Amino acid sequence: MNRQDLQTIISAEKEKDQTNKNKNKVCVCCGASCISSGSEEVIKKLQEEIIIKGMNADVEVIPTGCMGPCNQGPLVKFLPDYTMYQKVNSTDVEHIVQNQLIDKKPVENLLLFSDSRPQPFINAQEDPFFKKQMKIALKDCGDINPEKIEDYFVHDGYKALDKVLFQMSPEEVIAEIRQSRMRGRGGAGYPTGLKWETVYKYVNDQKYVICNGDEGDPGAFMDRSVLEGNPHRVLEGMAIAAYAIGANKGYAYIRGEYPLAIKRIELAIKQAKKSGILGSNILGTPFSFDVEVRIGAGAFVCGEETALIASIEGKRGTPKPRPPFPAESGLWGKPTLINNVETFAGIAPIINNGGEWYSEIGTPKSAGTKVFALAGKINYSGLIEVPMGTSLREIIFEIGGGMQGNKAFKAAQTGGPSGGCIPSAHLDVKMDYESLISLGSIMGSGGLIIMDESSDMVDVARYFMEFCMDESCGKCVPCRVGTKMMHDLLQKICDNNGTTIDVQRLEELAGYVKETSLCGLGASAPNPLLSTLRHFRHEYDNKIEQ
Amino acid sequence: MLNQELAKTDPRVKLIAAKIKKGNYKADALIEILHSAQNAYGYLPMNVLRYITKELRLPPSRVYSTVTFYHFFSLKSKGEHTCLVCTGTACYVKGAQLILNEIEKQFALKPGQVSADNKLGVQVARCIGACGLAPAVVLDDEVQAKANAGDIINKINAKIVAP
Repeated sequence: MNRQDLQTIISAEKEKDQTNKNKNKVCVCCGASCISSGSEEVIKKLQEEIIIKGMNADVEVIPTGCMGPCNQGPLVKFLPDYTMYQKVNSTDVEHIVQNQLIDKKPVENLLLFSDSRPQPFINAQEDPFFKKQMKIALKDCGDINPEKIEDYFVHDGYKALDKVLFQMSPEEVIAEIRQSRMRGRGGAGYPTGLKWETVYKYVNDQKYVICNGDEGDPGAFMDRSVLEGNPHRVLEGMAIAAYAIGANKGYAYIRGEYPLAIKRIELAIKQAKKSGILGSNILGTPFSFDVEVRIGAGAFVCGEETALIASIEGKRGTPKPRPPFPAESGLWGKPTLINNVETFAGIAPIINNGGEWYSEIGTPKSAGTKVFALAGKINYSGLIEVPMGTSLREIIFEIGGGMQGNKAFKAAQTGGPSGGCIPSAHLDVKMDYESLISLGSIMGSGGLIIMDESSDMVDVARYFMEFCMDESCGKCVPCRVGTKMMHDLLQKICDNNGTTIDVQRLEELAGYVKETSLCGLGASAPNPLLSTLRHFRHEYDNKIEQ
Repeated sequence: MLNQELAKTDPRVKLIAAKIKKGNYKADALIEILHSAQNAYGYLPMNVLRYITKELRLPPSRVYSTVTFYHFFSLKSKGEHTCLVCTGTACYVKGAQLILNEIEKQFALKPGQVSADNKLGVQVARCIGACGLAPAVVLDDEVQAKANAGDIINKINAKIVAP
């Protein structure tokens, strides 16, 4: 398909959308969380009910991706009013349809957050949960059907790719991304534009683009939700990157634990190929790009880029020393660009709105927005996106609705097994890369787990160390042996058999493992231990004295 | 010889053969091939691994080491019914261990074990990404949200008693 054919299709879709503008839309969240709470049944019942009421010409039922407040699911959203219902059961459907669509009177006791807020909002966008958020990577997630490319077209889908192919040179694309000051959303926060430029500069007839969707941090589900909710956005980002660096082949490496995400990205690739957006001579230009999905097989270390490359090559996922970096010698020895799912999801908006627009959001050193997965002892757990620099307090107490059961906040864990715990004294910390590092934690991929007074911080450290011990690939000694030794010492302290010497030994070992491990897994494995020692030393002391 | 026999007697091998062919008999498709083999059999039986090894012309050590490296692949049957308890951080904070303890008490099975009659296998997962619904348990591919130990035990009992 060439450019003109596609544009005809897109404008036809947009026109159709315009004529349907006043039509009621009922969005039902079909993210993995809501599906497991029974949203598929709700959809079926809604469709039946709308036919029974004879409204199928005026109402459209749309299965969408994640809407955010996952633990309130299944979620149903009525557009254009933006009225949202929570914990919807198939038996509630008839009642909701009658009241919302026919009598135009919302069902108060089923409104979103109606069981926790004295005055739930009829327009959910006014609720602090949504009001404080700013959605860029998640923008259309929850509004469009992720299994229909046409829905993505209507929401300016592939407009950025079109702009890049017909109006910009690869150098200009890279300059735009550099200007945006976007940093990699996988955890380390390396400037995205700089990474692209490095790969671009290596001359080679074969280069690769890899999308890292091996979201292994326990407690993190941002990438899953993006892939489930808007897979085309990720593909568009990958295609733009491929054009900029001169690659013609891409791989989307997705965790095996995410069957729905795999299904949706595979479907998206198929649809994009059919529309001429992926494949050879995209939209009639000389640019060709194809994407293949690779499924992970349950190894945390494969989130590390060199291990991920080994896994795509069909080998054991063990990391390699860097340099050479993948930018120079990656997949099959060729220059390779690896970015995280969320990074790719942020590319199209930067191209459409300009790098300057993006750079003005967030803080001077951390531009843009960040998606966080809120979980743990918090009232509203789920998926949120806020500008960088939003304080932890705002996230927990305004967006997240405060602590569950009004218990006292004790710590927030960020960055998974590579991160650390932020104690209540630092609740006002701005969530950006530098501030978190200064507290001994890291931004990581965005998992944010809230713990209350009942959590035992030494046991938390032990839990993460056990994780790293199990997931250590065994290639280098510091990580293989060090994590085991640290785990055993932590276990000893948890069993109330620890001594002050054990704590000293832990600190010593942590330093060695951090300094001498081959890859990021080992180098960051001591972080949860060190941060709990730093902020919750008294808990270690209490266990030793007992 | 052995491979031809296996291909004749077991229709599931055809699925694997197709995958191998699709990957042009190249070793870099090994993980993809293992995925489809495990989907077909529920685990990776030794004779199937031998088949893959021969077809791809790889040393057995290369295939075996890859299989044992990844958590997802299993050399043993996982049981007719599986109960997978998520032990991700959010589930851990919300008491996944209590569920595992109760399962161990009721069925005398620890994570990774399968009952003697092969009816029930218990596993743990690092994180299934359903953190908003913690603690999460997956019974035969169906996610049980906000699980509590008693319910899970009842549901398992219903599954293993039912024919």
